[in-house]
Amino acid sequence: MTDSAAVAVDGLRVRRGGRLVLDGLSLKVARGCVTGLLGPNGAGKTTLIRCIVGVQVVESGTVSVLGEPAGSPQLRARVGYVTQAPSVYGDLTVRENLAYFASILGASPGRVEEVVETVGLGEAEGRLVNRLSGGQRARVSLATALVNEPDVLVLDEPTVGLDPVLRRELWEDFHALAAEGRTILVSSHVMDEAARCDDLLLLRDGLLVAALTPGELRERTGLDDLEAAFLRLAEEGHE
Amino acid sequence: MSPRVTGATALRVLRQLRHDPRTLVLIVAVPCVLITLLKYVFGDSNVFDRIGGPLVGIFPLVSMFVVTSITMLRERTSGTLERLMTMPLAKLDLLLGYAGAFALVAAVQASLVAAVAFGVLDLQVAGATWAVILLAVENALLGMALGLSVSALAASEFQAVQFLPAFILPQILLCGLLAPRDEMAQLLYWISWVLPLTYAYEALARVTQGLYGPELAAYVLAVAGFIVAALFAGAATLRRRTP
Repeated sequence: MTDSAAVAVDGLRVRRGGRLVLDGLSLKVARGCVTGLLGPNGAGKTTLIRCIVGVQVVESGTVSVLGEPAGSPQLRARVGYVTQAPSVYGDLTVRENLAYFASILGASPGRVEEVVETVGLGEAEGRLVNRLSGGQRARVSLATALVNEPDVLVLDEPTVGLDPVLRRELWEDFHALAAEGRTILVSSHVMDEAARCDDLLLLRDGLLVAALTPGELRERTGLDDLEAAFLRLAEEGHE
Repeated sequence: MSPRVTGATALRVLRQLRHDPRTLVLIVAVPCVLITLLKYVFGDSNVFDRIGGPLVGIFPLVSMFVVTSITMLRERTSGTLERLMTMPLAKLDLLLGYAGAFALVAAVQASLVAAVAFGVLDLQVAGATWAVILLAVENALLGMALGLSVSALAASEFQAVQFLPAFILPQILLCGLLAPRDEMAQLLYWISWVLPLTYAYEALARVTQGLYGPELAAYVLAVAGFIVAALFAGAATLRRRTP
C-alpha cells in the first residue's frame, strides 16, 4: 500500500551529467517519522531529494509523495524543500524573504514571526541576508520551508555549518513536527546525526544499502558506533 | 496564477532594488547625464532635437534589459528559482511580477529623464511628453522581456553583461535612430525589420514628430507583440524539472 508511506520510490533511474547517479533505486519513507538519508558524498542523496521534490528530470521509475506523483501541482504547498546551499535572496532582509515565501505558500503573516523565533533569528530579522553568517543564512533558508508547516519536509544537509546548540534544537523541532504527523526526511553525511533519526536509509553508489532503525543498525553489525556500523554495512555491500 | 503571488513577486523585486540604492541612482542618473551630454556634444545643430526625444524612450529598454538579465541569472544560480519552482507559483506569476516591478521603475526613470530633457535642456518635440513616457514604459517591458529570455543563455554574470553589446547595441545601430534605415544597404534594411528595437524607435519617432495615426498604433502593437513573444520564450526557459 503506497498510502501508508509518505514517499514511495520505485525503480528510480536518474542520469546527471552523463553519469548514472541512481540505478533502479526503490525505497519508502514512513509518515510521521524523522527519516535520515545517509551516505557518503556522491551516493545520490541530493539527486534523490531533487526527485522527491519534483525538480529532477527522471529517466525511468516512479516517485510518489502522499499518494501523488512527485512534483504534482497539488503537492507544491504540502512539500517543503531546503536545498543544501541556502537558497534565499541575499539582497532582502530575513523578514522580507520569509514574507515573500509566506505569501506564495498562502501562510498567515503571523507565521513569519513564529518561524523567525523557531530558527533563533529574532535578533537578525531586519538585517540583509548577505550580511549574515553562513550558519544564519542556512537558518533563513530552513525557516522558509517551515513557514507554511508542510506535511512533508525534505532537507538536504540542513545542519551543515550550524553550531551544536542550534543543531540539537533543530533536531528537537524536527521531532516535534513529526509528532504532529508530519514527515521529515533529512540527508546527512554526519553519522552522529543518524542516532537522532527514527529510521535510516543508507545509500551508497545510487543504491539502497539498508533501511533500518539506528537500533537495528547497531544490532545487525554488533557495533555501537553508527559511523563504524555504516562502514561495516557499506563494505558488506561491496563484497 | 494568482494576483496575490504576482503582487508579492513584484513587491519582492522592488524591495531588492530598494536595498540597492546605488543601482537605483544609476538607473535614473545615467540617462540624465547622457542626455545632457548629447545636447552639448551636438551644440547648436538640430541633432539633439531629432534623436533626444526617441532616446528618452529607449533608455529604459537598455536599463531594464541589463537589470532583468542579471536578476534572473542570480535567481537561477542562487537556487531561489529552483525553490520557487517547487512552490505554488505559476511561471506567469513570476514573469508578471517582474513586469509590474520594472514597469514602475521605468515610469519613474522615464519621467525624470523627460523632466531633465524637456524641462531643463529645452528639448523640442512636436508630440506630447506623456506619450513619450508611455512608450518608454512599453519599451522597458520589452527590455525586461528580452533580458528574461536571453538570461537563460548566460552561465555567468560576465556573460550576461556582454549580452548588452551583443543583443542591444546592433539594434540601436540598425533601428534608425542614428541613420535613416532607407539609406542603409539593402541587407541591413531588411535585417532591421526583424529587430524589435526598430519598431520601438519607429513608434517613438512618430510620437516625437506629433504623428498620431494608424502607423503609430501599428508600431505600438508590434512592440507589444515582441513583448508577448519574448515573455513566452522566457517562460519556456523556466523549467520545473532540470537535468
